[in-house]
Amino acid sequence: MQKVLHIDAGKCTGCLQCEMACSYENYQVFAPSKSRIKVFDFHATGKKVPYTCTQCDEAWCLHACPVEAITVDKATGAKVVSEATCVGCKVCTIACPFGTVNYVQETGKVQKCDLCGGEPACTEACPTGAITYIDANWTGLGRMAEWANKLGNQPVAN
Amino acid sequence: MAWAGKILRVNLTDGTVKSEALNMQWARDYIGSRGLGSKYLVEEVDAKVDPLSPENKIIWATGPLTGTMASTGGRYTVITKSPLTGAIACSNSGGYWGAELKMAGWDMIIFEGKSPKPVYLYVNDDVAELRDAAHLWGKSVFQTEEIIKKTHQDPLMRISSIGKAGENQVLFAAVVNDLHRAAGRSGVGAVAGSKNLKAIAVRGTKGVGNIRDPKAFMQVTFEKKKILAENAVTGQGLPAYGTQVLMNVINEVGALPTRNHRDVQFEGAKDISAEAMKTPRKTDGKTHLVTNQACFGCTIACGRISKIDETHFTVVNKPEYWGASGGLEYEAAWALGAANGVNDLECLQYVNVLCNEEGIDPISFGATVGAVMELYELGVLTKEQIGIEAPFGSAKALAFLAEETVNGRGFGKEIGQGAKRLTAKYGRPELAMHSKGQEFPAYDGRAIQGIGLAYATSNRGGCHLRGYTIASEVLGIPVKTDPTESEGKPELVKAFQDATAAFDSSGLCIFTSFAWSLPDLAPQLAAACDDGYTTEELAKIGERIWNMERDFNNRAGFTAKDDTLPKRLLEEACKTGPSKGKVNELAKMLPKYYEVRGWNPDGTLKPETRARLGL
Ligand code: SF4
Ligand code: SF4
Repeated sequence: MQKVLHIDAGKCTGCLQCEMACSYENYQVFAPSKSRIKVFDFHATGKKVPYTCTQCDEAWCLHACPVEAITVDKATGAKVVSEATCVGCKVCTIACPFGTVNYVQETGKVQKCDLCGGEPACTEACPTGAITYIDANWTGLGRMAEWANKLGNQPVAN
Repeated sequence: MAWAGKILRVNLTDGTVKSEALNMQWARDYIGSRGLGSKYLVEEVDAKVDPLSPENKIIWATGPLTGTMASTGGRYTVITKSPLTGAIACSNSGGYWGAELKMAGWDMIIFEGKSPKPVYLYVNDDVAELRDAAHLWGKSVFQTEEIIKKTHQDPLMRISSIGKAGENQVLFAAVVNDLHRAAGRSGVGAVAGSKNLKAIAVRGTKGVGNIRDPKAFMQVTFEKKKILAENAVTGQGLPAYGTQVLMNVINEVGALPTRNHRDVQFEGAKDISAEAMKTPRKTDGKTHLVTNQACFGCTIACGRISKIDETHFTVVNKPEYWGASGGLEYEAAWALGAANGVNDLECLQYVNVLCNEEGIDPISFGATVGAVMELYELGVLTKEQIGIEAPFGSAKALAFLAEETVNGRGFGKEIGQGAKRLTAKYGRPELAMHSKGQEFPAYDGRAIQGIGLAYATSNRGGCHLRGYTIASEVLGIPVKTDPTESEGKPELVKAFQDATAAFDSSGLCIFTSFAWSLPDLAPQLAAACDDGYTTEELAKIGERIWNMERDFNNRAGFTAKDDTLPKRLLEEACKTGPSKGKVNELAKMLPKYYEVRGWNPDGTLKPETRARLGL
């Protein structure tokens, strides 16, 4: 079964535990500035929205890369950057329609979410369930269940 | 470890910014944030200094756990000598700014002197420079954040600043960061204003990495987060209702100070409660509350984000107030509401947003308005003097006076002096509900004996956050004590004061202590910093910090006489509720408190206490 990161922005509180977990996993520091998942705080509405790579099947970044530094992790389906191969040309950052692959000045390479090899640190750190790692075929299951409950699971009127 | 090991020293007079090594012995002995920042202040500033003079200093300090994955690790404190009280001031704030400073590689920033012209400090990792703030002077906190981010083309920057109130040296002006998180009390914003310091803009990309034992730290912080999640207060009550969960509870126990403490129960409490914030409005069918919000790293998320009813008289034709904004928290809802007898939720939130926008403390402001309304009802102040009819319960007067105060206009200038000075000016000093010049927060010291003692002995004047005995006396955390009983309270107050000082110094939020006690904090600090941080050691450090603050206040001229409460709390009994007939029994508790503190009867530290605590 392939799993994906599933984001339910309505649950997010903006605590940034996910960003710290991400930077800690990859760089052993707590540093949202190095995180591959970013939480956006829209003040005027009060909405907080976590955003990261959705691991497109036909990944723009992968196809754009001239040195084939981005490959598919067969086990997870993640599009993974090989730091050794990446030349830092940034073409993938232009190709990605979502902005989720980014250049890192300090290393001269790009970085993106790689699903932590199948155990995403952000999901473990998130205290609210705003980020979960679930069956790719059934990301809608939770919402379907909610509606099923609302529409069909009510006491019968006498 | 877990400290950055570096501090910034900014001399505003000369315009110099220097990097300095952190005094690691002090760090070990005072932890960080409140304790460590206060240690620097008491070592460097003469206790007798005029708080608004260039000789005073003001410090922004993080703790060793600030910017880590420990839950609530986003806090910082602003430490200075208070212009409101003349005592040591130390105001704690959440949001994201504290973590950002730590991630830029700095434990604290010390400002000294006075800039000849408005400036802000720009920090981008190792780069730290003073910049001209002429274009920011006269701007609100909200505008300041926006302009600085635009100037530097950096939307990820975090800003801690003052609004017009700080510039005008309103004595309870706050320092505000991330739009609606404030180092709110004791007028720290006025000190910044007196130094022509508008803001500190920070971008930190280095992160916090030097954890002593990273594996142990990740393990223990994970376990402790679980405790927070499973606790009824931190796992359910606070995220769902915020601190406002207290409004109905405190009203029921007859400890909700109402109309300048004339009453202890407010008939309008339910209208301004957490429940009211979640009830759809008649006008537009929407709820006042939009969502909750966490501070950096916080797994509790008590923060409230609300929207004011667009048709409400306070914001009609003012679309700038129609968006979501921070509030209401319990203290603000009480001070703006019950303290003045105002039950108009929308008006309270409008005033609360003004407090954030221009940087004032809603507690001191609301409590001062309470005194003004009482003076008005007594005929001491007239409509002509105040600029509006100001009986208790008038939402119009509250909103008007808030606008006047934050903009430094009319009678607002007098309100900006706080309740103690204002009531004294009109010959009725007994009507100021304060201790050491700082207005009381949202719990009545007659109905709850321990909190009265905590107010009287607080090192920063009237304050619930220096020893939140409400946890025990009302909520039963960690054990239930009888709020009407004064016996045993000196010991309880001391224990709360000391433990709080340790929590406040770690970089974590005191609200964790609804679920955690020192044995939960100790292993987190030990894994991050130094394995000498045991529960016993933290209790001792907390006591050391308390006594250090006290000693500063003593040198500033405070004596045992100042450990007191207004006549109303000592002589006018509660009229209703479970504590009907009670006054605060301070005279019974205070001598015992001095004894358990190891102080002389005049309130000074005994030599053996100094020796025991290494002071
Ligand atoms: S980086 Fe962009 S294109 Fe590449 S996999 Fe992620 S979302 Fe798709
Ligand atoms: S950890 Fe979860 S709740 Fe916190 S910011 Fe990230 S997604 Fe939001």
